[in-house]
Amino acid sequence: MFFLAALKKYNLQTNGPNTVFLILVMLFFCFAIAMLFMLLASIFYDGFLRINWQFLTQFPSRNPQMAGILSSWVGSLYLMILTGIIAVPLGVGAAIYFEKYAKKNWFNHLMEINIGTLAGVPSIIYGLLGLALFVRIMSLDRSLIAGALTLALLILPIIIISSREAIRNVPSFMQDGALALGATRSQVIKTIIIPLSFPGILTGIILALSRAIGETAPLIAIGALTYIAFLPENILSPFTALPIQIFNWISRPQALFHQNAAAGIIVLISITLLLNMSAVFLRDYFDRKNNK
Amino acid sequence: MSILFGMHKHIFQIKEKIIELIFSFCGLFSLLITVGIIGIIFWETTLFFKEVSLFEFMLSTQWTPLFSIKHFGVLPLITGTLLVAGIAMIIAMPTGVLMAIFMNEYANAKIRRVVKPVLEILAGIPTIVYGYFALLSVTPFLQKVIPSLSGFNAISPGIVMGIMILPMVVSLSDDAFGAVPKEMKLAAYALGSSRFQVAFKIILPAAMSGVIAAFILAISRAIGETMLVAIAAGMKPAFTLNPLVPIQTITSYIVQISLGDTPVGTLAYRSIFAVASVLFIITFIFNVIAQKLRHSLKY
Repeated sequence: MFFLAALKKYNLQTNGPNTVFLILVMLFFCFAIAMLFMLLASIFYDGFLRINWQFLTQFPSRNPQMAGILSSWVGSLYLMILTGIIAVPLGVGAAIYFEKYAKKNWFNHLMEINIGTLAGVPSIIYGLLGLALFVRIMSLDRSLIAGALTLALLILPIIIISSREAIRNVPSFMQDGALALGATRSQVIKTIIIPLSFPGILTGIILALSRAIGETAPLIAIGALTYIAFLPENILSPFTALPIQIFNWISRPQALFHQNAAAGIIVLISITLLLNMSAVFLRDYFDRKNNK
Repeated sequence: MSILFGMHKHIFQIKEKIIELIFSFCGLFSLLITVGIIGIIFWETTLFFKEVSLFEFMLSTQWTPLFSIKHFGVLPLITGTLLVAGIAMIIAMPTGVLMAIFMNEYANAKIRRVVKPVLEILAGIPTIVYGYFALLSVTPFLQKVIPSLSGFNAISPGIVMGIMILPMVVSLSDDAFGAVPKEMKLAAYALGSSRFQVAFKIILPAAMSGVIAAFILAISRAIGETMLVAIAAGMKPAFTLNPLVPIQTITSYIVQISLGDTPVGTLAYRSIFAVASVLFIITFIFNVIAQKLRHSLKY
């Protein structure tokens, strides 16, 4: 009865397209969620049983069941630290320059457009830049530092864009107040801008590093090795990284190696998701704190 | 005393100047990256074109740089690239825009607070994971539906790439819809429009340039995507638009050569820079157009 009454009220002429739209959107959401679920399910189903202590502490091996990811996760860790050391000061410095020093002229406008376009350059192109510049011209060879420099260039635009946004959100009355009290520009940056924009900058850095840790293509382009049965000793040592090891295992025909790849992916996804979630929560936390 | 004070002030100003110089260098560094990319890629590309004619590169339909009879026609790589990117866009464009409209006009703050972070986290999944999914889950599944489907093909990475770029289309379109002035919406509501009318007759047209910018950025991302196609689309350049057979894209060709140990200065080494310059030019133009469109959006 109630249903019939509702149907009578329902005017097909005006509500028809609306209903079609809502049904479509629901279908799309279901499709997206189903795909995501399938993706995670298939990877966990294939790889979960392979994850154990031995998998994390063994070097790669020709025998799939003996093989582990020790050299690749250590390589990824070193790579992350080095990339951060190189990219963070440069990126935050550039953001401060654009927000606080750059005058409005055509050159700075050009540089701003340039950063936007750099952020859209495919990562493999950065790999080729790294190959020609760091590996060949600077003859760093396929070393940890060559990989870190390449990844640093790749994430630099991301860090600059997010840091600029964080710096822009620092209330200007605080800066003006400090300037009025006789602080120099660098003092304002040190005591007002950096502390206040720190959460936003940190969020951007974490997101950028989580992007870098999953990047495979630039490392393949600079020729990172796939089989390394030792840990890097210094920044000039050859290295391998988690995504490279995963790629190597995927490209083999044997199903046992595919299981290793899935297990490696579980480790990689856990790291990137953990980083991303901490960045998102960090931002929400500080947003709420500032809005209070 | 006053001399001393003056010197102190002088040192102070020098210090400020040095700090400014350091920051300026950081800012300038980003420009150096672009100069480096353009310089190196185009240098190797000119060396490539000393041995291969531009005519052959643009018009030949065969790409066989590793065979004994070498052909350097880039067209098969371009059709391969566009094929995968096209399939991805067919999936991501309508889905992404409708989802963004829903998020903007229909969803309440609660839904937005959940969906937005989920999208961001999704966007952070490394592309190699999608490659695994395409090769080892989607392709076997599709082979049950289409028995003639080859193990490496364009349709499976295309579909997965569509899902991969979906978060990007949604959040960029959502930004564009969010930039539409509230007054326009409220006026339409005041005149008795329904939600559907406001969403599709007011917001969508007003934000059109932003939506197109989102599409262009997404296509550019799809064209430059590497690992997904390197894993699941095959390594066989084919001048075809058939999504069921193995193909090769610009990016997966670069991966193929990078995996082998190609000596510097050989034609194969230079060919990766030649195709990379095609890739760079396409994505660069797309990105500039998208940025212009996004700037024009600011009311």
